[in-house]
Amino acid sequence: MSTIDRPAATRSGIVGWLQVQLPKIVLSPTCVITLVFVYGFIIWTTYLSFSRSRMFPNLKWAGLKPHENLWANPVWYKAIENLVIFGVLYIGIATVLGLFLAILLDQRIRQEGLIRTIYLYPMALSFIVTGTVWKWMLNPGLGLEKLMHDIGWAGFHFDWIVNSDMAIYTVVIAGVWQSSGFVMAMFLAGLRAVDDEILKAASIDGAGPVRTYVKIIIPMMRPVFLSSFVILGHLAIKSFDLVIALTGGGPGFATALPATFMYEQTFTRNHIDVGAASAVMMLITVAAVMVPYLYSELRAEKGVQR
Amino acid sequence: MLIRKTTLSVLGAAALALATSGAAQADGSVEVIHWWTAGGEAKALNVLKEKLEKQGISWKDGAVAGGSGQQARTVLKARVAAGNPPTTMQMLGLVIGDYAAEDLLGNLDDLAAKEGWDKVVPPGLQTYMKPEGYWAAAPVNIHSTNWVWANKAVLDKVGVKQPTNWDEFVAAADKIKAAGIIPLAWGGQPWQEATAFEAVVLATGGPEFYRKTMNEQDLDALKSDTMVKAFDNFGKLKEYVDPNAPGRDWNLATAMVMRGEAAMQMMGDWAKGEFLNAGKTPGEDFLCFRFPGTQGAVTFNTDAFAMFKVGDDAKPAQMALASAVMSPDFQEAFNLVKGSIPARMDVPGDKFDACGKKAMGDLAEAVKNDALMGSLAHGFGAPEGVKGAMFDVITNFFNSDISSKDAAEQLANAVAMSR
Repeated sequence: MSTIDRPAATRSGIVGWLQVQLPKIVLSPTCVITLVFVYGFIIWTTYLSFSRSRMFPNLKWAGLKPHENLWANPVWYKAIENLVIFGVLYIGIATVLGLFLAILLDQRIRQEGLIRTIYLYPMALSFIVTGTVWKWMLNPGLGLEKLMHDIGWAGFHFDWIVNSDMAIYTVVIAGVWQSSGFVMAMFLAGLRAVDDEILKAASIDGAGPVRTYVKIIIPMMRPVFLSSFVILGHLAIKSFDLVIALTGGGPGFATALPATFMYEQTFTRNHIDVGAASAVMMLITVAAVMVPYLYSELRAEKGVQR
Repeated sequence: MLIRKTTLSVLGAAALALATSGAAQADGSVEVIHWWTAGGEAKALNVLKEKLEKQGISWKDGAVAGGSGQQARTVLKARVAAGNPPTTMQMLGLVIGDYAAEDLLGNLDDLAAKEGWDKVVPPGLQTYMKPEGYWAAAPVNIHSTNWVWANKAVLDKVGVKQPTNWDEFVAAADKIKAAGIIPLAWGGQPWQEATAFEAVVLATGGPEFYRKTMNEQDLDALKSDTMVKAFDNFGKLKEYVDPNAPGRDWNLATAMVMRGEAAMQMMGDWAKGEFLNAGKTPGEDFLCFRFPGTQGAVTFNTDAFAMFKVGDDAKPAQMALASAVMSPDFQEAFNLVKGSIPARMDVPGDKFDACGKKAMGDLAEAVKNDALMGSLAHGFGAPEGVKGAMFDVITNFFNSDISSKDAAEQLANAVAMSR
C-alpha cells in the first residue's frame, strides 16, 4: 500500500506538484546540512591527516608522515587496546544485563513502573556526573574500600582505579551502570511486542519457560539487538567525558581512549595532523564494524516480509 | 538533524567570535583574554584595570575560566582563525613563540628601549619574551617550580632538619616514613609528576644537563647514563608517596601537608598562596626550600601578556597597557597578591613575605650563576607536542614498572617522534 496518495489526477499543476514534492523539500535542508557538515568535513579531516597542520590547519601536503607518527606512538596502541577491552565488555555486559533485567521485569510483577523507572534513571545523568561519582566511590581512600575497612572488613581491597592494569575495567563498570537501564527499556518494549499466540503455541508444544525464551523470544529480538548494539557501540567509541571525569586518562595513560587521544593531540598538543589521522582511524574502525552489520541486518529484514 | 558536535562547536566558536568582534578596536580600549578568575588572581588583575582606567583607557575583559588556560587558548585559536585577535592574551612560554612564528604578534621594541626593559628583566626570561628577536610580550611575574613545601611541626616531631642534598633528602624521607607519616604529598597528574621530575633531573645532573635535556631536548643527553640515574632517583620517590595519589589535584596535596598527614610537597610557589590563605606563616608553620641539590638554580615559569598585531588606531592603548604591565608599582602590587615575584629585578622586596624574599634572593643568585632555566613542565622547555610526549613517558614510568634505562630510551624516542 502506498503511503502517499497521489492526487495528481485530481489537483491542478503547481499545487499538486508541490504536494507530491513536499516531503523532499522539507527533507532537503537536512540532506544539504548532512552532506556538508558530516561528509564534507569528513573529507576535510581526512585531508588534514595528510597535511602539515600543527597549531592551525595548514594545506601543505605531508604525505603519510602524520600516519607514521600516529602508528609509532605508544599511547595510541594503548588507546586501541583500551577501546577493544572497553567496547567488547561494555556492549556485551550492558546487553546481557539489560536483557536479563527486561526478562525479569516482563514477569508481570507488582510496581513494575516504579522498578523500571529506577533502572532507567542512570541514563538521565550525564557521563560527567557518572564519572565523577564513581571516581569518588571507587577511590580506595574515600569510597568503597574505606567503607569496608570502617565496618570491619579490613582485608578488602578494591583499588582498581589507581592500578594501571585494572583502571580500564572501572570505566566499564561506570559505563555499564549508566546504560544497562536503557538497554533494559528497549528490550522490555521488544518483549511486550511478542505475539501471545506464539507463546500459547509454544506452551502447547510443551516448551518450558527457559526454552521458550532461549529458542523463540530472544531470536525474535534481533531488531532490538541491532538497535542496542548501534547505540552502545557509538557511546563506547564516543566515550570521552566518562573517561576524563573518572580517571582523567588513568594512572599514567592507562585509560587512554582514541577519543581522548584525538582531543589531546589536536587541541592540547597542537598536532592537528596526528589528531586528524587518529580521527580517520576511528572512522574506519566504526565503518568496518557497523556497515557490514547494518547491511546484513537490513538485507535479512528485506528477505523476511514484515 | 544530524548536526554533529563538531558543527556545534564550530558554530559556537563562530558565534563567540562574532559577538566579540563587534567592538572595533577603537582608540582608548583594550581587550584582554585571560584565565585569572579565582579570587586572588582576579583581585590582582584589577590593579592593572584601575591603572589603565586612570589613563582613560577602557578595559574589556575576556576572562575564560579554567585554571590551566586550556579553554582560554581554544577561544584564542578560534578568534585568531576568524581573523579577529584580542589586544592581548595571557600566555606562557613557548606558546608565545608559536604565535610569533605565525607572525601574529606586534613589536614592542620601541617601548622596551624607552623604558629600559632589557636592563631589568633577567636574560633567561628575555629569550622567551623575544622569540623572533623582538619584544612580543610583557612579563608579569616569575613563578619558580623547584620548591619543596614542608610542615615544620612534622619535621620537628620526627627530628629531621631541612635536607640540603639528595642523600639527606632520602634519609629524612625514610625517617618520616618510619614514623608513620607520608613523606611526600603527591598529586598523580602528568604535569605534577613532570614538575617533580624536572627538579630531580636538575638535582641529579646540574644546570647544564638540565638545559640540554629539558630545554634543548638533545637526544644523546636524553639517553645518557645521567638521565638513567635521574630516572632511578625519580623512581625512588615512589616509595614515599601514598597509594591514593593518582588523579589528586595539587591543592589537595598541599592540604595534606597543612594538616600534617604528609611532610613535604614538591610544587611551584603558587602553593605558597594556599598556605597563606589558610593563615599559615612561613618559617613558623611551613618551610620553603629548594629541592635538595638544586640550590643556586631556579626553574621558572612566567605569565606574560602577549601583544597581538592591531591597527594603528589601537596601538596607543596597547602600548599603554604594556607599559602599565611593566611598571614597578603594578609588578609589586600584583605579585604581592599572586604569590610570585616581579619579573623586573629592580622592584624592592620589603613588602614580600619570607618565602617571597627568599625567591627574589634565589633569582638574583641564579642569574649571576647563569642558572635560570625555563620549566619544562610549565611550557618553558619544549613546544606543546614534544612536552606532551615527554609527559606521557614520565607519567607512565611513575605509574608502572618499566626500567630507568627503558624510560630514558622512550623519552628520546618520544621527543624524536613528536618534533
